[in-house]
Amino acid sequence: MNSSYDVIIAGAGSIGVPAALALAACKNSVLVIDSLSSPGQENNKKAIGGIRATHSDFGKIKLCQRSIEIFSTWQECYGDDIGWQSNGYSFPAYSEDDEKKLRELMKIQHEFGLKIKWLSAEEYSELVPGVFRKGLRGSTYSWEDGSASPLLAINAFYFRSVALGARYHFRERIIGLTSNSDRITGVITNKGSYNCRFFVNAAGNFAREIGNMAGLTLPVNPDNHEAGITEPVLRFFEPMIVDMRKETGSANFYFYQNKEGQVVFCITPDPPITGIDNRATAGFLPLCSRRMISIYPRLRNLKVRRTWRGQYPMTADGFPIVGPSSKIANFINAVGMCGQGFMLGPGIGELIARLVYEDLKPEDQQILTGFSADRDFRGMEQFK
Amino acid sequence: MNQNRISEHPVLTVESRPEIRFFWNDKALAAREGEVISSALFANGIKIFGHHSKDGSAQGIYCANGQCAKCLVIANGKPVKACMTEVLPDMKVKSVEGLPELPGSDPVTLTDISVQETDVLIVGGGPAGLSAAIELGENNISVILVDDKSKLGGKLVLQTHKFFGSVADSYAGTRGIDIGKMLAEKVNSFPQVKVWTNSTALYVFSDKKVGIIRDGSYQVVKPSIILNAAGAREKFLRFKGNHLTGIYGAGAFQTLVNRDLVKPTRKLFIVGGGNVGLIAGYHALQAGIEVIGLVEAMPVCGGYKVHADKLKRLGVPIYTSHTVISAQGDQAVSSVTIAEIDKDFKPVPGSEKTFSCDTLLIAVGLESVHEFAEEATEAGIRVYSAGDAKEIAEASSAMFNGKITGLLIARELGAPVPEIPRSWYEKAEILKSHPGKVSDYRMPEATEGIMPIIHCNQEIPCNPCSTVCPTGSIRIAGDPVLGLPYYHGNCIGCGKCVTICPGLAITLVDYRQDPENPLVTMPYEVSNIRIREGDAVAVNDIDGNPLGEFRIEKITDLKSANRTLLVKIKLPAALAKRAVSFRIQDESVSAPTPDTMLPDYLRDDEMVCLCERVTAGEIRKLISKGITDLNQVKAITRAGMGPCGSKTCDNLIKQLYRQEGIPWSEVESQTRRPLFVEVPLGDFAGVRGGDDE
Repeated sequence: MNSSYDVIIAGAGSIGVPAALALAACKNSVLVIDSLSSPGQENNKKAIGGIRATHSDFGKIKLCQRSIEIFSTWQECYGDDIGWQSNGYSFPAYSEDDEKKLRELMKIQHEFGLKIKWLSAEEYSELVPGVFRKGLRGSTYSWEDGSASPLLAINAFYFRSVALGARYHFRERIIGLTSNSDRITGVITNKGSYNCRFFVNAAGNFAREIGNMAGLTLPVNPDNHEAGITEPVLRFFEPMIVDMRKETGSANFYFYQNKEGQVVFCITPDPPITGIDNRATAGFLPLCSRRMISIYPRLRNLKVRRTWRGQYPMTADGFPIVGPSSKIANFINAVGMCGQGFMLGPGIGELIARLVYEDLKPEDQQILTGFSADRDFRGMEQFK
Repeated sequence: MNQNRISEHPVLTVESRPEIRFFWNDKALAAREGEVISSALFANGIKIFGHHSKDGSAQGIYCANGQCAKCLVIANGKPVKACMTEVLPDMKVKSVEGLPELPGSDPVTLTDISVQETDVLIVGGGPAGLSAAIELGENNISVILVDDKSKLGGKLVLQTHKFFGSVADSYAGTRGIDIGKMLAEKVNSFPQVKVWTNSTALYVFSDKKVGIIRDGSYQVVKPSIILNAAGAREKFLRFKGNHLTGIYGAGAFQTLVNRDLVKPTRKLFIVGGGNVGLIAGYHALQAGIEVIGLVEAMPVCGGYKVHADKLKRLGVPIYTSHTVISAQGDQAVSSVTIAEIDKDFKPVPGSEKTFSCDTLLIAVGLESVHEFAEEATEAGIRVYSAGDAKEIAEASSAMFNGKITGLLIARELGAPVPEIPRSWYEKAEILKSHPGKVSDYRMPEATEGIMPIIHCNQEIPCNPCSTVCPTGSIRIAGDPVLGLPYYHGNCIGCGKCVTICPGLAITLVDYRQDPENPLVTMPYEVSNIRIREGDAVAVNDIDGNPLGEFRIEKITDLKSANRTLLVKIKLPAALAKRAVSFRIQDESVSAPTPDTMLPDYLRDDEMVCLCERVTAGEIRKLISKGITDLNQVKAITRAGMGPCGSKTCDNLIKQLYRQEGIPWSEVESQTRRPLFVEVPLGDFAGVRGGDDE
């Protein structure tokens, strides 16, 4: 059995799998190691599936624009339905202050050529029939954003990468890294050891632990978010709705109707529940349903089918850490996705392939600078 | 105009309830006040409630228990489960064709969710839960008992037959429905036992709280101890055509027939010869439904022999070492093909038979509803289980171990309860024992006087005949509950043993008037099929073998017999002791159709996930790709992602892995998550106002 690879990736999740796909497509030999039993079993399957390019910074915008291209053309190119729909994102505003913030941000987004506009309350009600109107000032609407099924997408990427020669070792745990002065030379697991030219840390929740194995301190701390899905019904509203208001017990929350007709929703607890705890609590559904029904009363009749918890591997400033370590040149980080790994994944996957192939574009350098592990983490993203 | 109702029943009282009007797809129909939508529709002959959004297949009743969503209809604009929603006057009910439309709503007010503390939370108000609640009530312990139905009793509510078990410990000889009422009354007499009906436990959360939907609003209970007495769910079976409507579980059938008194079928076929399937067959006959046959994969039925014998004698053929190969029909099942199976459970080509039927009951076993216990353990709450939720057995066993568990909990909470005697645990073991070996008859030799003949030759936990005999003439050989009864002594001909025997397996033979032609007294409980004095009936032996046609001399309906008639027939001395009962269903009813539908044995189109319409073939394809994580199977196919929450497909997928030779140790199970059943978002937010007030 071959035990030498061009690239070994820690983690078969939202980042690891598309990275393996992009690397295998460039004829690299790739091994992905994951302690769970199949792709996407940590946080990828917990993602609700929203994909937007309408961020506020160069890096995320560029990466997600590429991701959207990949998601939206996947079925055309490879035949698998991954549940993509171009249903757009919306951030409704119920206060003057929020409206102002959103309109300011739109200016930046327009500079990047993003398709986003302001809808009046009237126009927004047409898109979201029955939305709570009292105090509604209008909403942003970015119609080129969309959504896909994380479950279908990661499996489509996985099977495609396997067809291109990527190898996966599931149920295998990385216990150490071997190095030679300033380079990683291989990976030791509970089942064997393997050599590599490049090592990619795409370990999500466990990014910090993997970093430690190479003596790196990565400021990634998971916190818990809760999500749920309803029964399917006929399509009744278009875009992802992001309610950015903060209330007792929760910061923002968001929901949309997926291609199956099910409403998928997620809430950010406030104060954050740090650590990794996948167990459900009795308070989540009352909290989340109150907020959802307040903004969209007709959701009261929609039946919840399943709920779950997952983690956002957070960094202090809300931006990911992507790129080669300044201390170990062939140790590439793709961690701290702050809950956006699914939408960033395909874009980041290709960026990693270009890194390995030494084929970086000028804009890649700008992205990598913004996402450097050595940056000042005190900055804050405008809208998460 | 309602032709599919049971208008008379040998055991159940048919109350006349006011008629109300409702609309089905704009057509006015009659329902009975207080019944659920599904039963109102069945009573009107409507069994197809809509069509699936994925493949257009017909949808209808499946669990009749609120656990799946195959009976989804639109009631006054809202998608609801027909089996759990009461039909209201002038309600507009519509079929769900594809995905339902979500109604609009005016803004609403939201109220806070209350948290209640209790010593004990009992999930399930069936035989086990009620028995435990009684002991806790006696000991002044605060209890909240939740049950998802409107009436306590669990499956006892559906059990019209007299119970097995022991008279002293589990009401043997009394009908299940009557036991249910007695237990419920007792539980309701304790002020510190709060009974929440129409309340479904959703999940035991990690913050040591249990989420419960009570009458459409979310309540949170914080118990010190949980008793999981949530019962069992029925397993399903893979075969070609298993997705057609009219194929459902025996529990659903008993709900329709015995609780709601509707006649869901005219021609019934049953898969599975355990007690559940056998009893369902008997209940069908009592409801005036033709039972075409019953298949059992094993060489003998797994249920009590007396139950199987009872069915055979009434004229229902039981095909052992047979299985169902396919169901045929356009939308709804119209025929079933069965075949003999060899010792490796492979169908024997050429042995196929096709029967026409309109309903196929699947009674292939139960599995414990264990989720609540697992969740409680994970949350760190002390938890007990009792009844079927602990181990599948008869209700008599559930009552006894429910009682023991109730006392154990009371002790743990400091009540002055003495230690449970060891003998109780031994008795609990006996009550849940599976049917034992079949012995030869112990037939009395005398040919004079009067005596009972006991046609009960398999060890089962049952003893009412021995306790009811006023002269103590029926004794039990060996264990006092499990052993075989035999006659020894002085029969006075009171007939009490004949009427109390739940297996209808005791007759009286009276030589006193005419030793050559003794009078044989037989029990009869299918009085909806009328018999009169003077009628000639086809008398048969224990296994249903014909002994000839004889006239009924006399029929007595003793009040003390609790709706079991005593039928007296004069028989030649040579046959008298062999005669047990007589056929009521003509042989022609159960004849196969002349054209056998030959199935193809490539069975990739068997449905595995009924909710999301995933076939065995789709799963096999993934198995062949080397996928061993059921979460990945779910991610790709959606099997297990439907409304029932993998309650049905889990077993079937596991069987496929076994069939493909993958050791179970190499397969990762599906992750289970809240909620137990689907619940409207509004129920969690304490919605008030809006458009329905």
